[in-house]
Amino acid sequence: MVVGQIFDRSITNRARRAMKGIRRMSMKRYSVFAIAREAARYHSGWERAWKSPQPKKRYDAIIIGAGGHGLATAYYLGKNHGITNVAILEKGWLGGGNTGRNTTIIRSNYLQDPSAAIYEKARSLYETMSQDLNMNVMFSPRGVIMLAQTEHEVRGYERTAHANALQGVKTEFIGPERVKELVPIINIDGPRYPVLGGLWQARGGTARHDAVAWGYARACSAMGMDIIQQCEVTGVRRDGGKVVGVDTTKGAIECNKLGVVVAGHSGVISEMAGFRLPIESVALQALVSEPIKPCMDVVVMANTVHGYMSQSDKGEMVIGGGTDGFNNYTQRGSFHHVEETVRALIETFPIISRLKMLRQWGGIVDVTGDRSPIISKTPVDGMFINCGWGTGGFKAIPGSGWAMAEMIAKGEPGALAAEFGMDRFVEGRFIDESVAAGVAH
Amino acid sequence: MLILTCPYCGVSGEETEFHAGGEAHLKRFGPGSSDADFESYLFHRENPKGVHFERWRHVSGCGKWFHAARCTTTLEVFGTYTAQTSEPPQSIKDAITAKRPGWTWRDFA
Ligand SMILES: Cc1cc2nc3c(=O)[nH]c(=O)nc-3n(C[C@H](O)[C@H](O)[C@H](O)COP(=O)(O)OP(=O)(O)OC[C@H]3O[C@@H](n4cnc5c(N)ncnc54)[C@H](O)[C@@H]3O)c2cc1C
Ligand SMILES: [Zn+2]
Repeated sequence: MVVGQIFDRSITNRARRAMKGIRRMSMKRYSVFAIAREAARYHSGWERAWKSPQPKKRYDAIIIGAGGHGLATAYYLGKNHGITNVAILEKGWLGGGNTGRNTTIIRSNYLQDPSAAIYEKARSLYETMSQDLNMNVMFSPRGVIMLAQTEHEVRGYERTAHANALQGVKTEFIGPERVKELVPIINIDGPRYPVLGGLWQARGGTARHDAVAWGYARACSAMGMDIIQQCEVTGVRRDGGKVVGVDTTKGAIECNKLGVVVAGHSGVISEMAGFRLPIESVALQALVSEPIKPCMDVVVMANTVHGYMSQSDKGEMVIGGGTDGFNNYTQRGSFHHVEETVRALIETFPIISRLKMLRQWGGIVDVTGDRSPIISKTPVDGMFINCGWGTGGFKAIPGSGWAMAEMIAKGEPGALAAEFGMDRFVEGRFIDESVAAGVAH
Repeated sequence: MLILTCPYCGVSGEETEFHAGGEAHLKRFGPGSSDADFESYLFHRENPKGVHFERWRHVSGCGKWFHAARCTTTLEVFGTYTAQTSEPPQSIKDAITAKRPGWTWRDFA
């Protein structure tokens, strides 16, 4: 009987929903009332969060890549610049690239001014993202510590703390006792690398990576943009040095402006357009343990020994380390890196030595020579590129999208993006973060 | 896991015995070259999804630098060869063609 009732109800609801969908394009707001309403009708009324349209013949702007950065770019094109005739083309499923594979650390304690500016812009946008997107992205500003485990690192992080003070980014250098207070499970006495202190950013933290992609996607779709999944770009159409469209597995699509936001595949697209990038693609891995009771409520990064760890809401210890050394597009990394990372973390957190690891995965990250991103015009008129976020671009998604949208809309980079042009490699004007952070997640 | 064979000492080992040295056969540009050539040499990389030529060093073995031809989407190694060349030998090119028909050698950088 009960089963029959649910069945009948869902059929009528489905029909009603289909009718509504046709009549009304805007999305339903998520709220506590919506949850109560849906609970009362067996959760049969939730709509799809975004539409799955077929591509139109032509768009004002096309974004390649529906990762966080591509979707945020589209969102701010609409929200900040009123450009909504936009398609976002994705070869797989949205958020299935690095955006859905990262360990979600958010911080803005970078050394160089241009980095601090864009990462802090991004961090501050994370503070209000759930409200802005009407999607709970579970931003958790639980605090991030970067451990100083050598004298050199102590000096480096003291310098960063001073730089951050000048940049208006709130961080402080803390001593080992404070570290122990914040992270009771840590072993500060070594043996090999005693904890000498740490760079502490109290408003750093984590967020739910999928929800960030889904939130932007839903908002883009509601503005009338087309997110087209399973649509791989296979060629960049040019006419006299200007971009005029793309070839895809769903046919040719025309556009006035093209934004390339494909992370590890940036070199593949740039080759289609006839230029090379200062980028190499390598695998970066992460792993999670079996869930355990809450034991660590901050994010800890240990850059000298190459490992970092946080605890998810489910109780899993989320662990990551360094990249593999060679070019790779396989989305899986080498086993010895897992071993190295875990070996290092066990010295710092002896409590995890008996934990079982549940899952391991990899993503293909796009690494530049100075470990800073590229937000730039390209040799092709009307074609813009956003890449090089490498091992640490999740935290930058809203700021990067903001800056990229501004550049696409105006044709020239604004203040946030200006320093990140690719011409910096001709001029030697590097934004060197590789010295500042051995591991840059 | 990546298994490489050192063309100098003949030892096959997994990747922890070796050190990756990046894209091979780059044309070197130095003082007196144009800014564009110098930038290209230092930073621009082909970074292909597919056949890749690269430098490796047998760090935990004989210590020699050598070249490898490898596929970046499967990690398949087509062959390794001496460092004393600016282009892969014909035997390596043939081995690649046998497995990746239609593949062509291009002048790099
Ligand atoms: C294991 C791991 C841990 C990480 N940890 C952190 C962390 O803790 N904190 C942090 O800030 N960052 C972290 N990062 C980095 C972060 O994940 C990335 O910098 C960020 O997600 C990049 O987002 P994106 O949108 O540029 O790329 P992606 O999410 O990879 O999106 C690019 C999209 O482009 C699509 N695409 C590619 N080629 C084509 C084509 N030809 N046609 C159509 N679509 C195409 C892809 O399918 C993909 O969906 C980590 C990365 C990894 C792999
Ligand atoms: Zn050898």
